[in-house]
Amino acid sequence: MDFTFNEEQTMIQDQVEQFIQKEYDWETRQELSNSDLGFGADNWKTFAELGWLGIAISEDNGGFGGSSIETMLIMEEFGKGLVVEPFLETIVMSSGLLDQHGSDEQKSEVIGSVISGEMHLALAYAEPQSRFNLSDVVTEAKADGENFIINGFKSVVMNGPSANKFIISARTSGKQLDNKGISLFLVDSDIAGLTRTDYKTVDGRRASDLNLENLSVPSESLIGSLDGGFNILDESIDRSILAISAEAVGAMEVLYKTTVEYTKTREQFGTPIGKFQVLQHRMVDMFMEYEQCKSLLYMATMKNEEGAPDAKKAISGLKYQVGKAGKFVGQQAVQLHGGMGVTDELNVGHYFKRLTTIGTIFGNADFHLKQYTSL
Amino acid sequence: MDLTFSDSDLSFRKDVLAFLDNEYPADIKEKQDKRIPLEKEEIVKWQKILHSKGWFAINWPTEFSGYKELSVTEKYILQEELAKANTPTTIPFGMGMCAPVIYSFGTEDQKQKHLPSILNSDIWWCQGYSEPGSGSDLASLKTKAELVDNKYIVNGTKTWTTLAQHADWIFCLVRTETTPIKQEGISFLLIDMSTPGIEVKPIITIDGSHEVNMVYLDNVEVPKENLIGEEGQGWNIAKFLLAHERSGIAGIAALKRELKRLKDLSSEIPVGEGTLLEDPQFRSKIEETEIELTATEFTELRTLAAMSQGGSPGAESSILKIKGTELQQTISELFVEMLGYYAHPFYLENEIGSNETVGPDYAAPVMPHYLNYRKVSIYGGSNEIQRNVISKAILGL
Repeated sequence: MDFTFNEEQTMIQDQVEQFIQKEYDWETRQELSNSDLGFGADNWKTFAELGWLGIAISEDNGGFGGSSIETMLIMEEFGKGLVVEPFLETIVMSSGLLDQHGSDEQKSEVIGSVISGEMHLALAYAEPQSRFNLSDVVTEAKADGENFIINGFKSVVMNGPSANKFIISARTSGKQLDNKGISLFLVDSDIAGLTRTDYKTVDGRRASDLNLENLSVPSESLIGSLDGGFNILDESIDRSILAISAEAVGAMEVLYKTTVEYTKTREQFGTPIGKFQVLQHRMVDMFMEYEQCKSLLYMATMKNEEGAPDAKKAISGLKYQVGKAGKFVGQQAVQLHGGMGVTDELNVGHYFKRLTTIGTIFGNADFHLKQYTSL
Repeated sequence: MDLTFSDSDLSFRKDVLAFLDNEYPADIKEKQDKRIPLEKEEIVKWQKILHSKGWFAINWPTEFSGYKELSVTEKYILQEELAKANTPTTIPFGMGMCAPVIYSFGTEDQKQKHLPSILNSDIWWCQGYSEPGSGSDLASLKTKAELVDNKYIVNGTKTWTTLAQHADWIFCLVRTETTPIKQEGISFLLIDMSTPGIEVKPIITIDGSHEVNMVYLDNVEVPKENLIGEEGQGWNIAKFLLAHERSGIAGIAALKRELKRLKDLSSEIPVGEGTLLEDPQFRSKIEETEIELTATEFTELRTLAAMSQGGSPGAESSILKIKGTELQQTISELFVEMLGYYAHPFYLENEIGSNETVGPDYAAPVMPHYLNYRKVSIYGGSNEIQRNVISKAILGL
């Protein structure tokens, strides 16, 4: 058993940490989040130059060939900086999936451009009725000669506004809730029949709803096998859960530390409020929740990396814990900052908002407790 | 012990329902039902309608309101039906907070000057209590009022001042003297917001709304006759007012309405082959909340019954503040949970209710409401402070 990182991993962690410290102060983050694009185009170039955008792509395909441990380290640092660049969406959720399951043409079309920072991707899996169930798919793709015709609707597609290509899950056979019969398609964002409604999300990021009306896509757009999209999607979401949980751990670390510092300096009744035992115990609980999440994060990441048979159960356990702990840490950080905690000006409320969306994305605590029980 | 309503109570309820049918304006109802924030004018309009019926300042002594006295049960029925119909929440600062101070501690002149305009909703008040350095420890406040030639010269900063951007007057706690016991140097002062030297700056909160403000007072001249009671009496008045502020703070009727709405909406959200309301995990959270809510309702009714027999809402009101705000937060959280991904699209106040929002038509205000309600366990004396009050005053610890 070994919880240390190798030299390469430590190097990338340091690199991301440096970037956050030097290039990502709070004012900059807010400016980027409030800009039209919603993140820094220059930062994305920097990520490309530093090789981070190839982290989920194998060396054979020109990537970094990193394991989920490197992704975890990057995401944890991103969580500390509350980074709004769509690394999760383009790189973790989408590029790895194409690297492993895309056809040669798809890879040559996408991988190089993603690594160089010229192309953004988004994974469109959720539907208005699907909640967190990846196999609940109503959007339909019907074979029509050499083509497929796609009709349906995709909800809250993260990074939708910037995506050059979407990966869309659609039903090619079976019933609404069946695992089997779901296929994935790689589709240009400017294809006829696709209408996007873009919006901001509460965590300062961007998403879209997609209306799909008679999209005609060639059969070469299929990723993996016909009807076999569920497992590909499921694997990618599992990796994404590990990544977003790492982000949550980073955000929780900032919140508990910021709260501790604040209560040392904020004086009421002639004494720093951190001297009150009821607040001390609250902060101890925040700290412990953070540590517990980190432990499950390491455990689940390693199990997934080793392909352990119970990796999936570990991932659901992690997401349950992250949902529960993220809510507690976020709410208490706000509470202990008093009125300041609910202001837009202070960063605390924004970390709380991101932890709130992370609690929902890829399934909330209830959903993953149920998954955990069933596995 | 008896839980049934008398015939006259039942007929009163019918009167309230008829009033709502006939006099609750359709345009305001529509906005309220869509959870679109109201303009000041709309709130004023509604408060005037309630007032003309004698149902606005129902807790004032009738000699000041000119109303027909309502029994405790009638007040309960009225508030429940108004909340059930989701009518606008009345603004408490004038009617519920400043006025009781004026009719309890003010001079005849002060009563005549201020009470009628509060009753008519012609003058809006805001509350100048908290300061950047004085939150939970309110008595440490530093805003200074020096008496010079029959005028107080006021200097200082107030914060978290709700609706100060709309207010005509502010009631302030100010320091008129530096005393060894800090509570003893505090006075209660009424200040016209149009006086030179007052500047209001918005504080934007995490839900993106502008509800609270900083209020800067720079050499503001206030006539001596605007002092309520005696110099140094301010702290006792504030304590009196806090008790007033807390009675009804639990907002039980509104919570019952929202919990019912949560059930109704979640019964229409599909999850697999069933609905979200049929999901055992979600369902049990709703039921737990309902039980806690019922307990809080009856704790409030017991407190009200004790008050109607001459008791005062002492530290018991802290129980209602804690339980009421916890329920408000729990329910707002369950709404977010209900929506899943559609809690995430984020719109500003002025965008809510427009056709550009996505997801179910009730989705847009849900997350802002959840975020905004993080304040309720902080304001009006944080829930930590309320627990201190209970621990000291009731448990004797």
